[in-house]
Amino acid sequence: MFYIYCPYCAEYREEEEFHPKGQAHIARPLDPMATSDDAWGDYLFFRDNPRGVHHELWVHAVGCRKFFNVTRDTRTYAILETYRIGEQPSVTADSVSTGSAASTATLTGVQA
Amino acid sequence: MTRVAYFDPHPAPTVPRQSPLHHMAEIAPTGDVAVTLREHAFRDHLNLRGEPGVLASAVESVTGLALPLEPQQVVFGDGTSLQWLSPDEWLLIVPGGEGFRLQRELRKALGDAHFSIVDVSGGQTLLSLEGEEAISVLMKSTVYDVDPRHFPVGKGVTSVFAKANAIIRRVDDTRWELVVRRSFADYCLRWLLDAGEEFGIAFQRAEHEVDAREAAPAGEAEMTT
Ligand SMILES: [Zn+2]
Repeated sequence: MFYIYCPYCAEYREEEEFHPKGQAHIARPLDPMATSDDAWGDYLFFRDNPRGVHHELWVHAVGCRKFFNVTRDTRTYAILETYRIGEQPSVTADSVSTGSAASTATLTGVQA
Repeated sequence: MTRVAYFDPHPAPTVPRQSPLHHMAEIAPTGDVAVTLREHAFRDHLNLRGEPGVLASAVESVTGLALPLEPQQVVFGDGTSLQWLSPDEWLLIVPGGEGFRLQRELRKALGDAHFSIVDVSGGQTLLSLEGEEAISVLMKSTVYDVDPRHFPVGKGVTSVFAKANAIIRRVDDTRWELVVRRSFADYCLRWLLDAGEEFGIAFQRAEHEVDAREAAPAGEAEMTT
């Protein structure tokens, strides 16, 4: 079971209260009519499937019902951080591979 | 004023209505009852949405309750309560018959601001669970940690309850309140009675709650645009 920190409720909640909603940070093309079929298809249907750090959208379905982002390691399922919509991740594949401060700092969303 | 049509869903106390638990028989308290379950039917429930900066002063001046800005916070007044549900959503529960007047006053105070007020009274009901073992009944029913160190008086959460969900809030040391959906009220009540059986549980309808308008002469039905 995950014990997930909701950045809106500001506390850890049981996984049962949440639903995953797929990859995060997918920007809708600003001008759909001028977007090529390939680019539109990529936007609608194609998702990353990385081994390692992945950014996902989750919803606190039974709690505050807000969407938020989760950075998760697909190899271990470990949640590395959670952050609000509109914010950027502090843990990324790059920051983890270079061992920068963000990846070793105390991360919100992680319960030891 | 916002251009929105709203009406009093229960325009006069003489209009008959049924609580979602009207069919459930009361269970009288016997010798060793450690939990008492009550239904507080026919309160008015208003769902308020908007930015806290927009709502706070209007809500406080109309209801007398300070808008709780901290997550999971609920404030209790005299027969009233106001609970944080999400960063832009609150649940206001007031005695039956007061909801429409409050809604009208809130809309007046908020003017053209960006907000929403929805009367959800018909969609949910308020239960209370009181007694030394109330917390044990809750522990059997929800995944949320109701330990007093984690769930102080004045806290309220929405979480999984049995196989449905409910708003759970702590009124004082041994008294808790649940807000359950109308369509799950029967299920939740039967669940609670089953969970409470080992401790001894009584079920009572709350003492007849006087409609705020019963004392005053009934006004004509109103529709405001
Ligand atoms: Zn939440």
